[in-house]
Amino acid sequence: MREEHVVSPRIYFAVFGALLLLTLVTVQVAAIDLGEPELLFGIRVPWNVVVALAIACVKAALVILFFMHVKYSPRLTQIVIGAAFVWLFILLSVTLADYWSRGWIGGNPGT
Amino acid sequence: MSSETAGSRSLLAHHFADMGEQKDATTLGMWLFLAQEVMFFGGLFLVYAVYRFNFHQAFAAASHHLDVKLGAINTAVLIGSSLTMALAVHAAAVGKRKQLVAFLLLTVLLGSVFLGVKAVEYADKYHHHLVPGPSFSGEVLHLEGDRARQAEMYFSLYFGMTGLHALHMIIGIPILLTLAVKGWRGAYGPAYNTPVELTGLYWHFVDIVWIFLFPFLYLIH
Repeated sequence: MREEHVVSPRIYFAVFGALLLLTLVTVQVAAIDLGEPELLFGIRVPWNVVVALAIACVKAALVILFFMHVKYSPRLTQIVIGAAFVWLFILLSVTLADYWSRGWIGGNPGT
Repeated sequence: MSSETAGSRSLLAHHFADMGEQKDATTLGMWLFLAQEVMFFGGLFLVYAVYRFNFHQAFAAASHHLDVKLGAINTAVLIGSSLTMALAVHAAAVGKRKQLVAFLLLTVLLGSVFLGVKAVEYADKYHHHLVPGPSFSGEVLHLEGDRARQAEMYFSLYFGMTGLHALHMIIGIPILLTLAVKGWRGAYGPAYNTPVELTGLYWHFVDIVWIFLFPFLYLIH
């Protein structure tokens, strides 16, 4: 039988504290205008969006790894979860690439 | 055969070798369900991103109407409910019956507070004619014509996404209450606690969806 891993409540409280802190940071940062640089190919993404999404990703990772025990899960479960995010990435990146690049070759087909 | 073996036999389905294998399989099944949920919420976030890209000004004006303070409070409340849920799973795993029930009920309480705050926010949108449909008006946002229609799209997505998120919580609360009743009767302990653990995964997933909804809808303009 596989060894059952019981996570210490101390870790849960630490993760909870980190999540609250990150929530505070993201709210405070949202009030400051960080500017809007041109990244590439005329795509302009405000830094505020980048920072807010990065903080959300860190928070989600903390919940997934510790609250959802994925750090201690079998490899098979970890691979399935990883695959779910790979599919999500394909869905988001390919669709957004289409919308961003529509105007490049003259005309605006499909809108 | 000792009585202890007979006890765990009744919990173990015949096609699994042991309780560990059974738990790994059920957990994997739960994750496949959650992977499907990731795709369906992911699609909604994608729609939001595309419309925000096209209707940037109207979306910015509309999102400024949301109350960041209420959103932040709800984020903290939901993170708190994830903590109590994680502690409930821990209590089940170490066989602390009363702690398990207490943490499950605390999770229900925090979940209800979240839904209550959400109701206050929905009422505000209703009073300002920001619910999509014939009575929608861009007046409070100082928007007219096409811009008002675009803001209506923002609120369609706002109600669609937060509504589906709230529906997940409304489904989760009776499940938590059922676990509390069964837990009180001693159904879960170190030998068997899979239902508590899987409900925990569901609840944490709902928390993660909100972790993304909050910056998308409230913070980014």
